[in-house]
This record gives sequence, C-alpha cells and structure tokens, in this order.
Amino acid sequence: MQTDDTILTVNDLTIQYPISIGVVKAVEGVSFTLADGEALGVVGESGCGKSTMGLSLLSLLRPPGRVTGGSIMYRGTDVLSLDQRDLLALRGRSISMIFQNPLTSLNPLFTIERHFLETIHFHDASMPRKEALAAVEKMLATLGIERKRLHEYPHQLSGGMRQRIMIGLALIMNPDILIADEPTTSLDVIVEAGFTELLATLRRVYKLSIILITHNLGLVAEIADRIAVMYAGKIMEIGSAADIFARPLHPYTQGLINCVPNIRLEQKDLVTMPGSPPDLVSPPQGCRFAPRCPRVMDICRQKPPRLLPHAPAHNAACWLYPERNGT
Amino acid sequence: MNTLVSASDLVKDFPLRGSIFDVFSRHRSAVHAVDHVTFSIGEGEVLGLAGESGSGKSTTGRLLLRLVEPTSGKIEYRGREITRLGPRELTAFRSRAQVVFQDPNSSLSPRMTVGQAITHPLQIHRMGTPSERKERVLDLMEKVGLSPAEFLFRKYPHQLSGGQSQRVVIARALVTRPDFLVADEPIAMADVSVRALILQLMRQLKEEMRLTYLFITHDLATAKYLCDRVAVMYLGRIVEVAPRDQLFSRPHHPYTKALLGAVPVPDPLARRDKNLPRGEIPSAISPPAGCHFHPRCPFAQPRCRDGRPPLKEISPGHFSACILD
Repeated sequence: MQTDDTILTVNDLTIQYPISIGVVKAVEGVSFTLADGEALGVVGESGCGKSTMGLSLLSLLRPPGRVTGGSIMYRGTDVLSLDQRDLLALRGRSISMIFQNPLTSLNPLFTIERHFLETIHFHDASMPRKEALAAVEKMLATLGIERKRLHEYPHQLSGGMRQRIMIGLALIMNPDILIADEPTTSLDVIVEAGFTELLATLRRVYKLSIILITHNLGLVAEIADRIAVMYAGKIMEIGSAADIFARPLHPYTQGLINCVPNIRLEQKDLVTMPGSPPDLVSPPQGCRFAPRCPRVMDICRQKPPRLLPHAPAHNAACWLYPERNGT
Repeated sequence: MNTLVSASDLVKDFPLRGSIFDVFSRHRSAVHAVDHVTFSIGEGEVLGLAGESGSGKSTTGRLLLRLVEPTSGKIEYRGREITRLGPRELTAFRSRAQVVFQDPNSSLSPRMTVGQAITHPLQIHRMGTPSERKERVLDLMEKVGLSPAEFLFRKYPHQLSGGQSQRVVIARALVTRPDFLVADEPIAMADVSVRALILQLMRQLKEEMRLTYLFITHDLATAKYLCDRVAVMYLGRIVEVAPRDQLFSRPHHPYTKALLGAVPVPDPLARRDKNLPRGEIPSAISPPAGCHFHPRCPFAQPRCRDGRPPLKEISPGHFSACILD
C-alpha cells in the first residue's frame, strides 16, 4: 500500500546465495512498505530469510549473498544503487540496525563513552566533544542508564543494559528507521519486558519507524502495528497485527499461532506442524508451504500463489482464496 | 503418589579462584548456585523448575543426577541416597535417570551416526545382544518420530534438522528405559513449530513409558502446558512451589507474580503487567541479605532483610517463601 507517509518501499526483492551445489533462493519476490512511525513485525522460523532480508535493507549482505532482483526505496532513494560513501551516510543516520547478541556488537576494549563518541564522530566529525557528550548524556537519561556507566566496559554491564546501550548507539544520530533483529532473544523475560517498554518510549521520543524481525510471536504482538509472516524466503501473509492474530488467512500463519503455548489460555493440546521447511536450493515449484500444508490442494503443488488482498489491508499468498481478477 | 526423587537441604557452591590473600581468610568467595533447596518429585509427575538465567535451576537438575557433586545435602532416588553411591552403583543409577540438554548439536558426537549414538548407552550398560539392541533402537526411533528409522539410522548429526537432532537426543536418553528424565530447556533452541512437536512428544512418551520429568525452563507458558507442579527459583532458592493451576491462577510470591506478568502473550490485545521489578538478577557471589528478592521487590519492607523467609504452606501443596504471606 503506497501512501504519502510511506518511507520505505521494498518491491519484488530477491536475494540469492550461490553455493557449490546450486543457488540458495533465500528471499524471493518480497514486497512491503513501511509508513512513517509504523512498527512492522517480520515473523518466521530460522532460515525463512527474515534476517537476510533485514540485512539487505542496509546493503549489509555478506558475499556470496546478493540482491539479484527488485528494489529498496528509502524516501525516494534506491538503496541498492548507492555507492559505499552514500551507504555509510545512510546507515546510522537514516536507518539503523540492532542484533540479537549485544556482546558481539560492542567492542570489549572500548568504554561505553568511547562507543558513543566514536559513533558520533564517524557521522559528524565537526561536532565539538562537549556537544557530543551532552547528546550522549541525554540519550543515557532516556535509556535509564546512570551517567557513571559511561566509563565502564561492556563486560561490566548486565545483558539488559548492554542491549540498551546498543539501541542508544543505533539511535544517537536520530535515524528514521530502526531494524531490530531478534533484539530480546538473549534477554530474560523480565528484562525483555523492560526492553519493550523502552522501545515504546523511544518510538515516541524519536518518532521512529521500526522493523522488528523475530520468531517470538508474543513480542511481535506487543510491538508491531502490522505483521509480515515469512516462510521459506517468501511473505505468506501481511496485515494488521490484530487481523493476523484474530483472523489469520494462511494455513502457515494459523499453524504458527496455534503451536505456541499461551500462558493466558488452557491448552489441552498444541497444534503441530509436522515436517520441516524446504531446501531453498530446489524449493517446491508451487507454494513453498504445500508439502507441510494441512489444506493442500492440487494447484498448490503446481503454481506459486501470489500475495493478494483477500480482506481489507490484509494480503495472503494462498490458493484457498480465489484470485478475483483471474491470472 | 510415591516419591521417586527427592532433594533435601541441597547446596552447591562453586568456589572462585581467589587471590593470595584468601589463604589467610577462612571464607573463600564462591558462587552460591543452589542454596538449601528441598523438594520432591512423585512417580509419574512432571515438576517444572522455572526461573531466569542464573537462578540455579540447571545446577539443581545436574545435582539430581550427580553430574555435579553437591556441597552438602541429600538426594534420594527410590529411597536410596544417590550422594553415597560408588562408581558401579552410580553407573547403574544412570541407566534409570537420564538427561536431555538444550542444544542437541553439542550433545551429539559429529562422528557417530544416529544409530551408533542411540545404541551407545546399551553398550555401556551391557544391555541385550547386538541384534536385540538394534531392534530396540529402531523401535524407539519410530516411537520418537525418527522415521523411516532404517534410513535415519545411518545418518550423521549434520545431516539432520534441528527437530530431528533433539529427537535423537531424547531417544538416546530413553533407550535404557529409565524412569526419570531431567529435561534442561529441551526446546529453548528449537524453532517455534519444532517446539510444539517436541513438547507433544515428551507428553506422549511420558504416558507410554511411565516417565517422571524434572522439566527445567525459563518459559512459564511452556511450564503451564506440560507440568503438573511448578517450582520457581530465584538466586539459588525455591521461592514458590505449587500445583500448576494454583501457581498460575493464584501466585503468591512477588517474584512469581513479576515473572508471570512479564511473559509475552501472543495476542495483540493482551498487555504485559507494567509493574516490573527494578533492575536485573543480582550476583550469586554476594546475594542480598534476607530475602534475595527484596532489592527488586515492589512490596519490600525493612524486615525483608532480616533472615531467610521460610517456605510456608499457604494452602495444601502450595508453598511460598515470603514474610508477607
């Protein structure tokens, strides 16, 4: 849905990894938009391409992985056509990213202060140290971290504090979009709850748009306005968080929601999805979920379904729902 | 219900390598991983041991199998004291009490095929002839959903999916027909859809093979699904233990309430409890005085610092260690 406040448009994105035995089709034909101030959740299981897709938005794919088709438009700029210098300006200033394990993202030999000052200096070498420090202190106050921590090293901080520092570093240059890839997976549940509260605050303060990549349906239910469900490199369904959870259209989404233990419910039995995701070197020629789908039909094995609207602002790629305009 | 396994006053300190000055001091610093813990597990029961990282739940599980030696305290299995077993008796005990860890890939040797891995315990415990062993292994493989068994028998761990690897680990743990299984976060590394399958399998195996589980988890939603009774640990101590329904509908201890309130709910209309405890779990080297939870507790009072609150029975089978009860 292209509207005036769209700040990111991903269109028909395809990412491949050539390897010795063939080509891994990690992401295929992924399209979505992100509106200003919106939080989009991207959910899926390991290997579904959600992290690969996230990395590509900042042109951070590692070779041999590369974008082989489609476009990523950020405020009218084609991210894929940017040269190295423009990319460095884009990263951190316009779009930032945080990852699962903050310890691998922080330098063990740098104090927290140095992490912040270096980040600021990299993007704006002319900013006086005093001004930079003032910005850092303001950020720490927002993060709820004491000033004295500035002189500590990453190993002296708790896991939750490290993740706060990570998000602080990501936001210090005031970007529009934060991509968070499994930001709470290494955190304990109470710390995770605190982190999501912080994220909600930061979203307001910095008027952020968020792309939250996760396998955690509880987390995405809490944060996201809209949800894209990925499976085997494709978006299976995309819609508002309320619709995805209350009226999931795709059998994969339905299975995913029903197989998670929910503490508020009395669940006699969880729904299970036997089988495993397909090999992405030679994925099924029809719907990629067909081999595991409980409602599979003949057409599912022959032709891949397109991601089409089957309810207002709610798209699904599934043959259960007839294509209105034919094919 | 007969008691199968019990722990009384169980303590495990991991001494820290001290400085030279410690030679002159009687007190060497240590991580107090498990701090005077007492509980029992009935035959056929699933006891959940829940808590955050660093609460001592994994160490407790290992202690029950004597994978680590307790500093003090007693562990009994069918009335026999495990802490006093000699090497031969310990081996025999290990064929009756088994364990499944979080990460199947680090639990399996990359050089052993699935068949070899699952047959190995039978060789160690000298059970059956080679043909009987193979028959039992193939049988069990089908039972845990590793099928076609004949085909997977010759595969190596790297050729398996994450879900299959965990099934191999479960089959290997069950091949000697134990009656007690410690499952230490068996689904934490698995994908969402695999988790449900492993949980369902564990439930089904428990019935079919009349197993008793100690199910260690940080995820209370999973504990609610699988366990009959749940014990909540915090900094080496059990702070609350209750039958499943009571713990989830009427939690007593402020820490249990906080944990329950923080669990994310897969429903956009549900909201987490906003009364989060302050900060994070403190160090187990020098835990807070009195009730370990008092520095983070929203209901803390000065007297919470005075002495350890005992586990009090507040309703039949429901114990909580809080002076406010």
